[in-house]
Order: sequence, then structure tokens, then C-alpha cells
Amino acid sequence: MSGPFSSVSVALAGSGGAGVMTAGNMLLEAVAVAGYYGLMTRSSGPQIRGGEAVAMVRAATFPTDGPDDAFHVLAAIDWQNVARFADEIPIGPGGLLVGDPAQGEPPEHFARSGARLVPVPFKAIAKAIRGAWPNMVALGLLGGLMGIGREALEAAVTKATRKGGEALEANLAAVRAGLAEAAKLDVSFPLAAPPARSARWLVTGNEAAGFGALAGGVRFVAAYPITPATELLEWMSPALAKVGGALVQAEDELASINMALGASYGGVPALTATSGPGLALMTEAIGLGVAAEIPIVVVDVMRTGPSTGIATKTEQADLNIALHGLHGDAPHVVVAPNSLADCCAATQWAVELAETLQVPAIVLSDQYLGQARGVVERPECRESGPMRLVAPANGAGYRRYAVTPSGVSPMAIPGTPGVTYTADGLEHNERGTPSSLAADHLAQLEKRARKLAGFDCGERWASVEGEGDLAVVTFGSPTAAVREALTRAAADGVRARLVSIRLLSPAQPARLAQALEGVRRVLVVEQNHSGQFLRHLRSTYELPGEVESLRRPGPLPFRPGEIHRRLIEWARA
Amino acid sequence: MTNSGRKANKPRAQARRRRPASKACEEFMARAYAMERDAAERYTEFADQMEVHNNLEVAKLFRQLAEIEGLHAKQILEEMGWPQMPPPVYALQWETPEPPETAPVTELHYRMQPWHALALALRNEERAEKFLAGVARSPKNPPEVRKLAAEMAEEEREHQRLIREWMQRVPPPDPDWSRDPDPPFLGD
Amino acid sequence: MNAPDTAALTPQSFKSDIKPVWCPGCGDFSVLAGITRALAMLGLRPEQVAIVSGIGCSSRIPAYTTCYGFHGVHGRALPAATGLKIARPDLTVLVAGGDGDGYSIGGNHFLHACRRNVDLTYVVMDNHVYGMTKGQPSPTTEPGWSSKLAPGGTGVREFHPLVIALASGANFIARGFSGDPNGCARLIAEAVRHPGFSFVEILSPCVTFRPDQRAWKDLVRPAPVAPTDDPARAARRLMTDDGFNLGVLYKGNRPPYAPAGAGRAPLAELVKEFEV
Repeated sequence: MSGPFSSVSVALAGSGGAGVMTAGNMLLEAVAVAGYYGLMTRSSGPQIRGGEAVAMVRAATFPTDGPDDAFHVLAAIDWQNVARFADEIPIGPGGLLVGDPAQGEPPEHFARSGARLVPVPFKAIAKAIRGAWPNMVALGLLGGLMGIGREALEAAVTKATRKGGEALEANLAAVRAGLAEAAKLDVSFPLAAPPARSARWLVTGNEAAGFGALAGGVRFVAAYPITPATELLEWMSPALAKVGGALVQAEDELASINMALGASYGGVPALTATSGPGLALMTEAIGLGVAAEIPIVVVDVMRTGPSTGIATKTEQADLNIALHGLHGDAPHVVVAPNSLADCCAATQWAVELAETLQVPAIVLSDQYLGQARGVVERPECRESGPMRLVAPANGAGYRRYAVTPSGVSPMAIPGTPGVTYTADGLEHNERGTPSSLAADHLAQLEKRARKLAGFDCGERWASVEGEGDLAVVTFGSPTAAVREALTRAAADGVRARLVSIRLLSPAQPARLAQALEGVRRVLVVEQNHSGQFLRHLRSTYELPGEVESLRRPGPLPFRPGEIHRRLIEWARA
Repeated sequence: MTNSGRKANKPRAQARRRRPASKACEEFMARAYAMERDAAERYTEFADQMEVHNNLEVAKLFRQLAEIEGLHAKQILEEMGWPQMPPPVYALQWETPEPPETAPVTELHYRMQPWHALALALRNEERAEKFLAGVARSPKNPPEVRKLAAEMAEEEREHQRLIREWMQRVPPPDPDWSRDPDPPFLGD
Repeated sequence: MNAPDTAALTPQSFKSDIKPVWCPGCGDFSVLAGITRALAMLGLRPEQVAIVSGIGCSSRIPAYTTCYGFHGVHGRALPAATGLKIARPDLTVLVAGGDGDGYSIGGNHFLHACRRNVDLTYVVMDNHVYGMTKGQPSPTTEPGWSSKLAPGGTGVREFHPLVIALASGANFIARGFSGDPNGCARLIAEAVRHPGFSFVEILSPCVTFRPDQRAWKDLVRPAPVAPTDDPARAARRLMTDDGFNLGVLYKGNRPPYAPAGAGRAPLAELVKEFEV
């Protein structure tokens, strides 16, 4: 392959304290400082410490948070158990393997990939510099291969090295040594010139979601740790302390969801975050939020299921439970961010919807978006302001659950005189008194359904892009790969549309019909085994023409190439 | 209101058209007021419970009793020239768990019959009399208070007589008055 | 349900117009009287008070008051009340429920609420049975009590909530009896006044499923010793307590839960760590 490249993907593997994550983060920082977009994902063995790990960094001249088809470079401090990551690091002829000859041969899978193997003695080079570590040498090497300049690398290292002084000097020297090694090689993967500067963030999806929640007005968080949602909660703890709010650690998910409900009942927008197993526990209380009309946001950072599944890996298999996991007829909001940056906007929107419609909103993020760290355009930080319809004091004959045309009835906030009421999960009449009458049940069901069905969600319901009579419909993290695939397909003369649905519930049949007007073929892309999204689309929408499913369970992400190939095949069939 | 009710009102109205002046008297009358007021509220709650449980005859009877006690309480306000209840009478402590003229909630049964309700009222009046007689007897109390208490104890005895008369006029309870062939219902 | 305006508030001001569906003779009526009396004694206003409950006969209580109420799901009243109080420290928050709701499905939350020591008052109406589902043993039921679900008795030792509360860190522990509503009112008022997590267990006989509990009125007695603030001494007393000692049994000195940070920084402060 020759350069310059609009996108370069590298991986750095190692084990037993090699520090590949640290180096990977610094490389991403350098990518950002050098003016590129990019992202880093990671994978590791199950050990708590000392396990094998790989940091995967993609740099690009265009915004992306999806993976490329293959890696250009796989460098390894050592090859211990790196075979575990074989599926996650596709590399072939044209790619480069860099290994320390003192650490043995690469695993057979990589050795037979067709990629070229080049020896670089990371350990020896580091040893020659007092206090230097092999991972810093590797950092310099990778940066050099990508064309990331010395200044950017050194800026990243300086920012990340807290200790300063000797340790910093050693790291910088090691990086320079790595750069020198890269210069010696007769192969490189230089990035094309960076795009025009713009205001950008380096952030993870979980952090972005946390910030989006605060921008939406959340000031109470109940937290029960679970992989891969814990970082969202951990980010929010000091953030809430700074802006004026509270985070409480709960004893379990049953407590965290109920705490959030209690806080919201008290008038404070509230949130909790979890993953599939926790969401399963929370369903009863989410139903209480629907019945008693209490706003609340639950972020589900989806992981591989079912049951305990694979905690550290991604999947999109919680759609069923998010849409249908509540007993009874319990309409509620489900929002799916479709990029890393969108974790901010989508979560903020979920708060707005929950508060406006007085209903629980589930945000379907996933481990890939949540834990990936990427360079994104700075999201808009405009705060939502209060959006809850609140009952004024001393309203005579106040009825909390009054049947209104919109379905939304004013909510009395504790402390307000003259309009006290009891929020109830029991079915109730307009006043809120428990009722077993058929007419009351019907009236309240219709109120709660009408709230959502009649709401004009505007343009944010989906990302709709492109033209053509072929469409790719998806949600969440595969969106980036689909976008790239469509760009490539367009270059091949195949035009296709992208519809990435962000508002999964309430469904928007009219809007989807409009987005798919003129479409004869629909490819449904999702990351789960049973086709949950396909089934949802079929049961909720009229899909035009032929429908095909491109699905795979987690944890391996969709790559643009496979979607591109499928589109071309189909277009030409 | 029934005949019995009206009669129960008469004696006190005749006995006292004066304004006792001493602080001890005021305290005592506040306590007497609290006793009547609490009795009235409790009878009202009992009437509500009977209504919810479809025992309308007994509900009506309890409402009558509530009205009577309410009038007793009102009379005390009038005699004392108090425009409204002296606060906070509900915080007064008694030697018994509740004020003497108030029936414990445990004495209710959803299938109780008018006779039972009147027997309950009778016990109330007996406890009230006992309390007032105690005040009247005790040398710790100033003479004017003891005199008032003695008069009021006499009134309670009169109430008891009226209630016994009333009980003669209602049917005695059926032997299987509490029987309910259906098992308990409901669940949340 | 709307409270009368600002005339002197009496217990009646805290009672709503909704008539309880409890069986006549139920001890919970007295607890309702105790709560409304306590709130009046404390000089509170209905809109300043929130009563949070779970599921069961006792949990119906919020709607019978003119306070703000939250009738949630089975066993989860304590976390809901915790979230509410932390978000709204200005409110007086009471939690109410029965022994099934509180000690069985709610048991875990009970432990952690005592540990967390948020300023709440938890009133449990204990009748040693699951009333609402028609008469099954509860955690506080005696091992030998026979029922359809467990003929001959469960044979399982009953739960001792006061001991557990003390061991878990509750800051105020008291026991009342529904036969003494004024006594209950005083206990509840004191519990509300005491900072931190205050636990008031009220023996409240079930007239329908436990008619044998009529005998309780002859078994209860005022506790023979004054309340202590020494957990070790309280532990010895509570471990030998027969379940019928009434009054305040423990008044601790733990500072109540205080969440971190009352910052007022603008959101823009937070994004600095992300900016490239």
C-alpha cells in the first residue's frame, strides 16, 4: 500500500504490566493534538492484572467512531496470549507486524496472515535509556509510522506523565528512540494532511453520556457499578459535586432505580446507568415510573448477553427488553445514540423527553460506544432548562392524573401547598386514588399512550442520509461502519440511504415511511443473533419491497468492508 | 338526631351557665373538651369504617353518637367563651392510652350490630365517668375543679342511663352475628 | 386531599378524605392516628411531609393523609425515600410499611438504610403476618404458627428487626403498640426529631388473620430501662428482648448522611478535561 492514507489503524499488544493501554491513550492524544480524528478501543484477557491486552487506535482525516476493515500495524511488546485477539485484529498482506525478537515469534495466526514481520527490540532499546519503558518506544514507533509528528507525541506524553522530572525525560527519550526506529524502516503508513481545525473533544461515550445528562438537567444519580457502565457513574460523581447535585451508591440495582424514582418524584431530574443484567432487575420499578408518570432516565450500556454473558464486550441484544421488558401495557421512551459523540446529545434528549412526557426513558448505548475514546466535534453544550410541567400551588380540585388532550398532566412537586397527592403504581383515577374500574383503567392507559404517540419528536428521531432505492436501516454503534460503507458504495456507483433510528420508542411510522419512500430494498444491520431489530421493524412498521438482514452477535464490530460488499452484491443481483 | 340524643344534651346545659375563672378550671375544661372532641372524632371514624364495610345501620348510629359528643364539646366552648378549640388539646397526655371517652379501634367488628355499638358507647361513658369521678375525689384538685368534675360525672351517669334505654329499643345481637361464609378477599 | 389553609393544624388536617379500607379493628388505624398526631405536634405542614410506602395493608397509608405520598413497589420504599430525601433535604420524609414489605423483600434495603443513616423515619406496622395476600407467615411470624402455606408452622426462627437495625447502624430504635396511639405519636415525633435513620416498630395486630394477637395488649409493657446511646449496651438488651418492650430503646449519635458537594460551578467547567 502507498500513502498518504485518510485512515490508519494500529494495534499495540502486550501483557504483564507492559502498559499498552497507557501507550494507546497517549497515541490517541497525539493523534488529536496533531489535528486528526480518531478513536481507541481496547481488549484484554480476564486477569485483573498482568493479563494480555491490546490497544487499538484508528486515526483519520474525517470524523469516525467505527473501525476500519483491517489494521495497518500490529506491534507487540510481547506475544503472550495475543492469539486471543486474533478475531479483533484483522491484518493481512500489506500490513506490518512489529515484534521484539527477544520475546519470541508471533502466534501462528498472525504469522500466516501475510503481513510482513519486522523486528524491533523494544526492551533492549528501553533498557539503554535510564528509566525508560518499552511501551514508550512502541509509542514513538507507531507515531512515526503514522506520520504523527514529534511535537504531538511529546505533548501527549507530557500531559499524561504526572510525575514530571526524570520520569518524563525518560519517556520522552524513549519516544524519540521509537521515532528513530520507525525512520529506519522502509515501510510506513503516513496520514494525509489533517483536516481544518475545529473545536473538538477527546472523550469516551460514557463520559459524553454523563455530560449530556447534566446538560439535560439531571442533578441526582443513583449508582450501582456494573461493567461496562461504571465509568459513566464514576465520571458523574465529582461532576455532580461540582455543579450541585448528588450521587448515591446503592446496594443493588433494585435500590438504584427506586432511589432515582424517589428523587425525581421530589422534582429533581434523575438518572441511573447499568447494563443488561441490571436493566432486567430494574424493569419492575421502570414500570412504576410509567404507571405513576414519574420521569427518569436509565442508560443501558449494552454488553454481550444473555445473563452474565461477556461483561467486557459489546452487543445490541437488549432491544427486546428495552422495548418490551415491562409487564402490562407500559409505553415508554427508548433512545439509541448512534455515535460516540451522539451519546451526549441522545442522553440529553432522553432527559428532555422523560421530563416533558413524565415517563421513563431508556438510553440504549453499548460497550463499544461507551468505552471507546474518540476525537469528536465538540457537542453543543446548551443546557435544556426545566422541562417538566409543574402544578402551581393551591390549585383547587387538583387532579394529578387529569386526562388532558396531550396526555401530559401537571405534576405537583413536594413542598408545593394545596396540591398534595399520592403517586401510585396501582391503577388510579384522575385524582390518583386507586381504582379498579374498567373506565379508569382505560382512560389512564389511553392517557399514557397518547402522551407518547401524539408527541412531535421532530427531526431528531433518526439520522437519515443519502439517496437511492436501496436503504440500510440500523441503530446504535454499527452506524459508523454503515456510513463508511455507503461512501465506498457511492464511489462504486451504488447509491444507498442510511436510516439510523435514534427514537426507537415511540415508533415513528410516518417518518420512516417518508424516509424510505422510493426504496425497493432494505438491508437491516444489527449486532445480535436473533434479529431483534428486524423483528421490531417488521412488527411496527411497513417496510417496502425486499428486506434482508445483516446481523451478527457481539463482540466483533461490523466493518465497513463487509457492509459494502453486501450492498454491491445486492445492488447487482 | 334521636330522642336519646336530645335528652343527653339537656343536663349539662342546665347545670352550668357561668364562667369558671381559675386557671385550674380552664385546664380541666380544656381536658374535658379534648375528651368530648376526641370521642366525636373517633365515632366519626367508626362511622366511616362501617360505611366502607357496608354496615350502614351501625354507621348511622355512630354518626348520631358523633353528633352528640360534638354537641357536648361545643357546649364546653360556649360555656367557657372560647371561640375555638384551645390548642393543642391532642397533645394532652392521659393515664390511659387514649382519652377516657374514646373507644379503642380494636372494639370494632365489620359485622357488629347496633347493640354492640351502643354497648361500646356505654363503656365509653363508664370510663369517662370513672375518670371524672377520680378528679372529683382527688384532694390534689382545687374545690371548684372537683365540683365541676362531680357534676360532669353525674352527667355521664345520666348518659349511661339513656344509652341503656336506647339498648332496650334495639334488637339483641343475633347468636351468629359475626359469621361470614365468604373467606377474606383482596391482594395488592 | 387538599389541605385546609393556614388555621392551626390539628391531626385532622393531616387526614385525607379517603376512607381507609383496613378491616375494622385493625391496629393500623391507631398508627395513622399516631402519625397525624405526631405531625401536628411537630408543627409541620402537609406539603412539607412525604410518606413513602411499598405494598401491603400498611403501605396504603400515604393516601389516607394529606401529605405528599409515594406508593411504590413491594419492598422498595426505603430506597425511594432515600432518593427523595437526598434530592430534597428540606422535606420531612416518613417511610411506612409492614413486616412483609420491610423485612422480607425489603430486607436488604433495610440493612443499607440503617447503614446509610439518611435522615428518615421508618415506621413498620408489624403484625407477624402477610395480611394483604391473605395470611402467610412473614419474617417475624413465630416458627410454630400454622398457615395454609406452611401447615404446622415454618419451623424457621423469626427475624429480629430491632437487633438487625442496631447492628446495621440505625440511629434511633423504638417500639410502639397500636393499642397506645398517643404513645405511638410521641415515639414518632421523637423519631422525626432525632437526626439520621430512625426506626420505629409498631406492633399492630391483624384482626382478620391473627385474632390471637388480641393477647398482645396484656403482653406489652414499658421498657424497664431508659434508652441508651451505647450500642453495646443496647445490643445486650435487644438480644434478650422478648418483643414486647415498648418505648425508645436506643438513641445514637451518628451524624446523618450528608452527600458531597454543594457546588455551583457552570457546566462549562466540566468540559475542560475533554477539550483537545
